[in-house]
Amino acid sequence: MFRFLNLTLNGVTNGMIYAAVALALVMIWRATRIVNFAQGGMLMFTTFIAWDLAQVHHTSYWLALVVAVAAGIVIGGLAERLLVRPVENGPPLNAVIVTLGLLIFLQALAGMIWGNSQAHSYPPAFRFIGYKVGDHTLRFSPNDLFIVISVLAVVIALYLLFQRTSLGLQMRASAFNPEVARLLGVRVGRLLTLGWALAAGLGAMVGVLVAGTSSGYVTPVGPFDALLVYGFTAAVIGGLESPGGAVVGGVVLGLILSYADSYISNFIQTMYAFVVLIAVLMIRPNGLFSRTSERRV
Amino acid sequence: MLKVEDVVTTYGAVRALDGVSVTVEPGTITAVLGANGAGKTTLLRTINGLVRPREGRISYEDRDLLRTHVDEVVRMGIAHVPEGRGVITELTVDENLRLGALWRSNRSELQQSLTEMYELFPPLAERRNKPADTLSGGERQMLAIARALMSRPRLLLLDEPSLGLAPRITGQIMATLRRLRDEQSLTVVLVEQNARSALSVSDQAIVLNLGRVVVSGPAGDLAADEKLRHAYLGF
Repeated sequence: MFRFLNLTLNGVTNGMIYAAVALALVMIWRATRIVNFAQGGMLMFTTFIAWDLAQVHHTSYWLALVVAVAAGIVIGGLAERLLVRPVENGPPLNAVIVTLGLLIFLQALAGMIWGNSQAHSYPPAFRFIGYKVGDHTLRFSPNDLFIVISVLAVVIALYLLFQRTSLGLQMRASAFNPEVARLLGVRVGRLLTLGWALAAGLGAMVGVLVAGTSSGYVTPVGPFDALLVYGFTAAVIGGLESPGGAVVGGVVLGLILSYADSYISNFIQTMYAFVVLIAVLMIRPNGLFSRTSERRV
Repeated sequence: MLKVEDVVTTYGAVRALDGVSVTVEPGTITAVLGANGAGKTTLLRTINGLVRPREGRISYEDRDLLRTHVDEVVRMGIAHVPEGRGVITELTVDENLRLGALWRSNRSELQQSLTEMYELFPPLAERRNKPADTLSGGERQMLAIARALMSRPRLLLLDEPSLGLAPRITGQIMATLRRLRDEQSLTVVLVEQNARSALSVSDQAIVLNLGRVVVSGPAGDLAADEKLRHAYLGF
């Protein structure tokens, strides 16, 4: 029973991270109908920037986090403006290839600057030893609590932005129907750039949060790619279309992986994600929360 | 108010508009009639800058529309109700309406316009917080028109408002247009295939055929000319 509780807590913490990556993917998907395969590379790169500040230049954790998020916003905005915009009207595959190219470019660039051979560690924001209940130590630490609260806060802030502000309404209109939005005076191009920037900023935050959860996380290729797989799976569980679905999908996936890891075997964690991904695509290809399943022609 | 001169718009080798000229006086309704593919929709899209013409001039209140970006056009007082699926079905009725008044920052004016629209189109008021995809065809058309009116336009470009609607609903929409012209001196360019109902509310009309203006004149004269009606208007 205690083991189950621990696995659940661990699953929720990881799930919040997957949820945030999924949310970043969903925001970009909704805005420009592109699965941003560079998301993992973008947040890897911004995490390296934070690592450089915090570990090499010994700035505070918080300054490094803020700089990473700012860098994410800039990289996301530039990626949309300079790379995605020119292929906007081409076949969808072009944009996918462009994001793959950006991923490889960022991985190579990070390798050139910070080196490929060594996996770096990143300090957690708070203590990573779990809370104690009686004699037991929970697998839930102050740092985990910080992760859950941070992601929840950002999710709520984004929800309010999209649902309650004129800017959010314009962003949704641009995503759903760019031509009509343009007719109504919405400056669609700027809002798509903003959508990418916000998504990448969210990704950058997740990168820094996740880097502090285990040692040797910060490396150009590897852990961040797996993170993209988890985030993508969570987004697909939620239907790729729904921000709420992405969050629920993230937590569901976090729980499944946590249980499977412990009750089955911990050698093949990434594979469980693929199993879930394939199962969802076979059984409910539109996700658990999609509203577009009955799209009319 | 609106002056279109010798406009040529092409899609590849197709000359969708082949030298179209029309002048629209303030406070009038101008019907643009013709068969499918005559260039009616292209004319509206060229006026508000969704497509750029190869030749010709378009001016609105003495300003050059050809050098105005699409999203600026609405700020100049021109609202466009596109053909068919003009409403954003994923958004609620209320959100669609708010989008119409985006660039008006005054909150109380916005509320006032919302109230006016719900009075003008009561079916919308009942569903203000429902997604627009729950609306019927007629209600969607009302929503598209109401959303255009939210920007307090001086010129309204309407593309086939009667498309797919029951005659009774079409009649209501035409009556609303007449009222807006009479009470608020709104200027309307009305693209229609349904020539009979369009002519019944219009002041002047032009008939397009294969991208050219084949007839133009006062709406009453066109409606009275039997030969013309048979040749181009189908009634």
